[in-house]
Amino acid sequence: MKFAVITFPGSNCDYDCYRAIRDHLQCPVEYIWHREDSLRSCDCVILPGGFSYGDYLRTGAIARFSPIMRRVTEFAQRCGPVIGICNGFQILLESGLLPGAMLVNRGLQFICQPVHLRAENTNSPFTASLKPGQIIRIPIAHKEGNYYADDRMIRQLEDNGQVAFRYCDPQGRPTPEANPNGSINNIAGITNRRGNVLGMMPHPERAMDKLLGSDDGRIIFQSIARHLGGGAC
Amino acid sequence: MLTAEIHVTLKDLVLDPQGTTLKRSLEALGFTGVAEVRMGKYIQVRFDSDDRKAVERQVDEMCQKILSNPVIEQYRFTIREGQ
Repeated sequence: MKFAVITFPGSNCDYDCYRAIRDHLQCPVEYIWHREDSLRSCDCVILPGGFSYGDYLRTGAIARFSPIMRRVTEFAQRCGPVIGICNGFQILLESGLLPGAMLVNRGLQFICQPVHLRAENTNSPFTASLKPGQIIRIPIAHKEGNYYADDRMIRQLEDNGQVAFRYCDPQGRPTPEANPNGSINNIAGITNRRGNVLGMMPHPERAMDKLLGSDDGRIIFQSIARHLGGGAC
Repeated sequence: MLTAEIHVTLKDLVLDPQGTTLKRSLEALGFTGVAEVRMGKYIQVRFDSDDRKAVERQVDEMCQKILSNPVIEQYRFTIREGQ
């Protein structure tokens, strides 16, 4: 079971993801530079957070044309698990592997703070170890995390159970006050229809150790490991 | 030499947090009668070509492929002679 962390120019959470896998999950993990043309037989792809290509034009808009993204797309189409965190989520949206787009946060500010998330769909490889409705607390750090899709797409996401996480208050209520950025329906993370691609704005890799405030992010990586150990999706 | 002048803006149905904030600032500065503010991007692309039809086709493709995100944005452009 081997993980790939894709590094783009401007990625800055790649080492956190690498360490989350190597030290906490104790699984093999490799960096793959965005200009490479092979995923080197990795079993799970992580698109880390950061500011790929300086967020020029739109977040993720240029990174999606990096050579490795062709391989990531093929991998996702073959049902391989792909997780995009923060800028990684934005890249997945731009590449069309996930529906919708990101707008600037409602308050226009870059927000860096812990948030509560409610697990909505626990059937994906990334959320299978969570209980439905389980609340975890992990940080966000973004300026463009205001998830948008048109009404029809939002209905489809909700009806198909593609909303993986919602921003909520400590009691698990997805209130307007608990919504940090203005995302429609408090959406913090979604999967594709088949469930093998997850995009989420909050950073599980920054919540791997109680010493740093929370280790609630571990369960997401543990879910993936368990999934990879137990057959395909 | 031809130059494309491209405007990329949020679709009318998409809320524009930057435009909304700018509107409030304009009102705070005493400007009255501002109904709405929408922000967008202006992109200039120069071509080593005088084939207007081909350039138009290319610019349209650029806009669809990368310069705009069709989920949230719309675009329009004009082509003019010179730099």
